[in-house]
Amino acid sequence: MSLENLYERMAQSVLAGEADGAAAMAREAVASGLDPLEAINRGYRVGMDRVGELFARGEYFLPDLILGGEAMKSALAVLDPALKARGGAQPVLGKVVLGTVAGDIHEIGKTLVGTMLSASGFEVFDLGTNVKTETFIEKVKETGADFIGLSALLTTTMRVQKEVIEALERAGLRAEVKVLVGGAPVTQKWADQIGADGFAEDAASAVAIAKKLAAARPALLTHC
Amino acid sequence: MKQPKLDLLAPETVARVIDEAFELLWDPGIRVHADQALELLAQGGAEVDFEGRLTRIPRGLAERCLATVPTSFDLFDWDGRPTVHYAEDQVHFDPGSAAIEILDHGSSSSRPPATADFVQFVKLAEGLPQIDAVATSLVCQDVPQTVGDLYRLYLVLRFARKPVVTGAFGVDTWHVMRELLATAAGGSAALAARPIAVFDVCPSPPLLWSEITCQNLIDCARARIPAELVSMPLAGATGPVTLIGSVVQHAAECLSGITIHQLAGPGSPIVWGGSPAAFDMRTGTPPMGAIETHMIDLAYSQIGKAIKPGGVPTHAYLGMSDAKVVDAQCGLESMSGALLGVLAGINMISGPGMLDFESCFSLEKLVLDAEIIGMVKRLKRGIDDSGSSLGLEIVRQVGHQGGFLKTRHTRDHFRSEQYIPSAVIDRDVRQTWHDKGAKDAAARAHERVAQVIAAYQPKPLDPHLVRELEAITLNAAKGEGMDQLPELPA
Repeated sequence: MSLENLYERMAQSVLAGEADGAAAMAREAVASGLDPLEAINRGYRVGMDRVGELFARGEYFLPDLILGGEAMKSALAVLDPALKARGGAQPVLGKVVLGTVAGDIHEIGKTLVGTMLSASGFEVFDLGTNVKTETFIEKVKETGADFIGLSALLTTTMRVQKEVIEALERAGLRAEVKVLVGGAPVTQKWADQIGADGFAEDAASAVAIAKKLAAARPALLTHC
Repeated sequence: MKQPKLDLLAPETVARVIDEAFELLWDPGIRVHADQALELLAQGGAEVDFEGRLTRIPRGLAERCLATVPTSFDLFDWDGRPTVHYAEDQVHFDPGSAAIEILDHGSSSSRPPATADFVQFVKLAEGLPQIDAVATSLVCQDVPQTVGDLYRLYLVLRFARKPVVTGAFGVDTWHVMRELLATAAGGSAALAARPIAVFDVCPSPPLLWSEITCQNLIDCARARIPAELVSMPLAGATGPVTLIGSVVQHAAECLSGITIHQLAGPGSPIVWGGSPAAFDMRTGTPPMGAIETHMIDLAYSQIGKAIKPGGVPTHAYLGMSDAKVVDAQCGLESMSGALLGVLAGINMISGPGMLDFESCFSLEKLVLDAEIIGMVKRLKRGIDDSGSSLGLEIVRQVGHQGGFLKTRHTRDHFRSEQYIPSAVIDRDVRQTWHDKGAKDAAARAHERVAQVIAAYQPKPLDPHLVRELEAITLNAAKGEGMDQLPELPA
């Protein structure tokens, strides 16, 4: 099989959301001495870009987006260590601490964003749902995160996003970490009001925003 | 897998309706204004008063004719595929017909449609996948009314690939329309073997056949082109006000049509259809969106399915509204009719796009109705209960963690489990809806009309065939003093 063929099959595995197939091909590629960075950029990443385009055109839907992201992640899980073993590394786009704020157990939007960020080359620390404010702060300290993503699906829990920002300020971390907020009731106006750095109104923008982040760092902005 | 089905009438009521309908065929009998039909009836054994144009049809004769009616038939598209199945409880939709007015988006006044409107309409109906057949839905005002029927068919044959629901306005024009169809289909035998069109033929309530429609009926039977009976008692005006009374009258009119039709061409396909309505006691109008109109439709389709073993194929005018613009009334009445129609398993449902007592067409309404059709066809498919485990396996697999969205199970099934509407149906969060211009359904539909028409792919037609169709149409138009056909849009 030609290399171009192999890259196309890698892209297809992401388009089809085949996590197992994507990982298996990545292992074969590593075993045969292929440059992992080439496999990522000319194979899987191309598939992920196409997933994003199809989603934007209305032909792909949330499950396609998520499983595409999962397939991407599973390939990266194989290729990243191989890359490091060669003394190389994927350009690190940033570390993101992510979670749904205290009192709120909504998960879908936050998880989708996490998947898409991971698939785009970010290191994501997903703390889950109903995350206490102090847990966010501890994790930012522990990981040296560049971003913190705060999700809230209820008007009653939106205000907790503000509490987390205030806690970051008290901990002296606010200048080092960009705060991204999201969730159904969250608007740009609210983001401005609480002093967040970025906002996106729905999960659908996740791909575009992840790409923008990847391209624009460190002059970035966004959400979760 | 169970498909939802709604029967309004009890079995014993069905039997009584059928008995009473047969009795009406004998007393008071059926008035028939077509000599050929009276002769056929006399030869078949009916009592005929040629002078009074009245026939009394014995039950035995009507039953013999009923026995030769096919229980099913197909309509074929331009590629020769049988895409419409008049069979069992299968459901299809075609746009309503025939509008003498069209409503432009944003206007509160309608206007008479012309050729350019008709072409836009066909392109739109072709591009909406929810619509199974096109119809000759608009009466173009830029050709003489006497050739308006065949001219519509000519336009459809030039632009549409889908099968056609049509009808003739005269005895002679029917023959021109047959010629157009036969030419397009590759000859009369090919047309009979693989029909691409069905003709609506309408008795006049109560219990009367006009010369034109009765002759159309006979000609369809002889040419073996499917005919669709459109019996239309107006409950309280030209039929009994009781819904069941109008169902009886409808059945008698259909049985009389079937008798004449099968005497002329035994075994020719014919449809048990109609366009009855309740009668509005305040305004004197025939409300097509009234729930009682829908109830009569459902009840008569139940009779059609029970009238012989295997039933007679069925049709109804549903999915219409009497609103004057594309508003809330338009939506609620259209959904009611379409929803009930699929639950009754009516083979062909005509009506999408129609406003104002079946007289005014709206392209925006057709686009919205297409979404209704998508939804009700989804309902019709029912809830899939195949597979060894219904929900046990997947719920166990995912457990308390949640996160069904990222399972392969979700990705594998969501496209078949859900009807995915176009952007006409608003499911954005409010902020996004605002960002997109805060448009209401009619405004979104207007945008989609333009998109679908722009995406239309020309029908690949042999230039020789185009010239033949043109010549047949022009020849008929010349007889009405028209020297050339209106120019067609590019």
